[in-house]
Amino acid sequence: MATDSQALTTTTEHSPVGGLAHDSTGGISNPVLGMLLFITSEVMFFSGLFAAYFNVRANAAQWPPINPETGEQFHLAILPFVGPATVLLILSSFTCQFGVWAIRRGDRTLFLRNFAVTFVLGVTFLIMQGIDYALLASEGITLSAGTFGTTYFTLTGFHGAHVFGGVIMLAVVLYRGMAGQFSPRHHDAVEAASLYWHFVDVVWILLFSLLYLLPGK
Amino acid sequence: MATTTLHPAAPTYRGARGTLYEWVTTTDHKKIGIMYLINSFLFFFIGGLLALGVRLELAQPGLQFVTDQTYNELFTMHATFMIFLFIIPILAGFGNYVVPLQIGAPDMAFPRINALSLWMLPLAGILLLISFVTGGSAAAGWTSYSPLSQDRPLAATGSGQDLWIVGLVLIGTSSILGSVNFLVTIFKMRAPGMTLFRMPIMVWTVLVTMVLVLMATPVITSALIMLFIDRNYGGSFFDPANGGDAILYQNVFWFYSHPAVYVMILPAMGMISEILPVFSRKPLFGFKAFIFATAAIGALGFSVWAHHMFTTGAVYLPFFSLMTFLIAVPTGVKMFNWTFTLWRGQLMLKTPLLFALGFLTMFLIGGINGAFSASVPVDFAIHDTYWVVAHIHYVLFGGSVFGVMAGFYYWFPKMTGRMLNETLGRIQFVLMFIGFNLTFFPMHELGLSGMPRRIADYASNAAWNDLNVAATIGGFTIALSMLPFLWNIFVSLRSGPVAGDDPWEGNTLEWATSSPPPPYNFDHLPEIRSERPLFDQRHGQAAGH
Repeated sequence: MATDSQALTTTTEHSPVGGLAHDSTGGISNPVLGMLLFITSEVMFFSGLFAAYFNVRANAAQWPPINPETGEQFHLAILPFVGPATVLLILSSFTCQFGVWAIRRGDRTLFLRNFAVTFVLGVTFLIMQGIDYALLASEGITLSAGTFGTTYFTLTGFHGAHVFGGVIMLAVVLYRGMAGQFSPRHHDAVEAASLYWHFVDVVWILLFSLLYLLPGK
Repeated sequence: MATTTLHPAAPTYRGARGTLYEWVTTTDHKKIGIMYLINSFLFFFIGGLLALGVRLELAQPGLQFVTDQTYNELFTMHATFMIFLFIIPILAGFGNYVVPLQIGAPDMAFPRINALSLWMLPLAGILLLISFVTGGSAAAGWTSYSPLSQDRPLAATGSGQDLWIVGLVLIGTSSILGSVNFLVTIFKMRAPGMTLFRMPIMVWTVLVTMVLVLMATPVITSALIMLFIDRNYGGSFFDPANGGDAILYQNVFWFYSHPAVYVMILPAMGMISEILPVFSRKPLFGFKAFIFATAAIGALGFSVWAHHMFTTGAVYLPFFSLMTFLIAVPTGVKMFNWTFTLWRGQLMLKTPLLFALGFLTMFLIGGINGAFSASVPVDFAIHDTYWVVAHIHYVLFGGSVFGVMAGFYYWFPKMTGRMLNETLGRIQFVLMFIGFNLTFFPMHELGLSGMPRRIADYASNAAWNDLNVAATIGGFTIALSMLPFLWNIFVSLRSGPVAGDDPWEGNTLEWATSSPPPPYNFDHLPEIRSERPLFDQRHGQAAGH
């Protein structure tokens, strides 16, 4: 009988735990709850960075501060791509949700199309952010340009890193979907990836308002 | 033979790979839990050796053994190993082993993420250890305050500080993934009948702990990342010369590190609360009050971080002082819970209870000397003196480490199927108890007479010498107490008496399965009608309810 228990240890697929991911008694599934909790911790991570931004801003005599290179205030014009990028990212949240609704109904084609569009929009956002970074760098605004550059690039950079993570999640879901996975009953990964994508979107809306719309002092 | 038909390849598959492969690739929460313990004890011994270096240098005035720089590395890495690679992971390790068993679950909710959380820890440990041979480790204290942790003209910090940051971010990520795993497991995978208020206290304390980890750990990650950017990419978050704010680092750091103190003590409280009822043959006094007290400590824990920063002059003193005093209330409730659990119980003075009583008495001292520091005028006098060193060790050694030892002696029979030796256990307890008090009690007096922490040398006419000698002797006594401990484990694993399923007549579900439990834990579960299903099973469900 020893081999009986040993055989059980070697496979995850046949384990009694596998079935528990999909709670038969209803309620929120394990992966979705896990993702919500993970997003909670991500909110706290960004809270730390936002707190640093407000702290530095509150301590400054004026904001944006003076650029020691030019002797004038830092000036963050609405960059050529940041507006379109914002629109695209907000749009991608909608396409992502349309995809989730589609798979809930069992419409796999619509789900795949919507997730493909979401993926492309996410990648486009990252490319646009990269171009904007290059433009700023050519104007001398970098990570080492005083508190202004440090906070700007840290906040948007970590948001960009999270968009990158979300794009990878979307790619995995898309790949699994094209391989024939997911059904109205079993699509936890789709739900979890879309929650993460919405979170990334909300953070960007906050960041955009903070960095571009909030008036200086 | 039925197995062979189901899994034809299984025996050869295993035969080719062997036991080591099985342990390294396992997703079984019990094996992962045990590996957490092994990894943590390893770093406990490394951290302990560093502490002996500190004590050796401080025994006499003057610099006998190390340079100032090496001394800074010793105390920095001592604290780093003890906090981030011993206490926090070992409690997560006990949680890993015990929580799924106590709630009647077959495993954690995400077994593979569980394995990932485990294996990030030795990786982080190796990064920290490497720093000793790549130009010196971090030396700015475990708090790594800016500007101490920045490269300055007169004291460059080098790559050790960067390795320290990366190592800590790894450990933090491991903790966050672990906390998600624990919370989903506890919320979603309880056995039928196991309502929230029938969960064992250990599970409750792990639940509150994991909420703290989930909410606080990402904040220190953000602080560490800002520090990394300041150090490596010319950032100016913490650089006042460029518009930054050095106090900002302290705020963000302590926003994590004060809740982290409760991360380091709450599961140990949970372990004590499992052990005291079993060894006094009584239910835990005030079960629900204990749960609410735990939740209150967790909630209040987020509003006291700035009591570490009273002397900066940058925080609102009355608020943080008041909140700190308030935390003593739920903690006091717990002391009553424990004391009245023992009261008129039929005490079985086995080693787990000895260590639990050690926890109770030493943590009481740690709570009281902590309340002194909550008072602003007193804190101004004792800030950064050896009083604070005494306080933290009475809480984290007198509390957490004694709790860990109690839990180890309590669950070792379940983990291995063997009993530990009682005599060796008692010898370990006596040596550790005496050594601990000899080391840390004199530090109160040293602090009151003005000895600052984190100094390698002191004046010979400062009258601090005798007490420092006592502390050094105590430190080596603690080290000595590890010998019977290790010998005990070695002997028990080879030839200890067989434990049986339930050697202590326990109350909770882990004692309802075999020792060690099979993969996926349970063949069948007893009916769960209270927080003590095994007591109900032994004595009939009417008893006591």
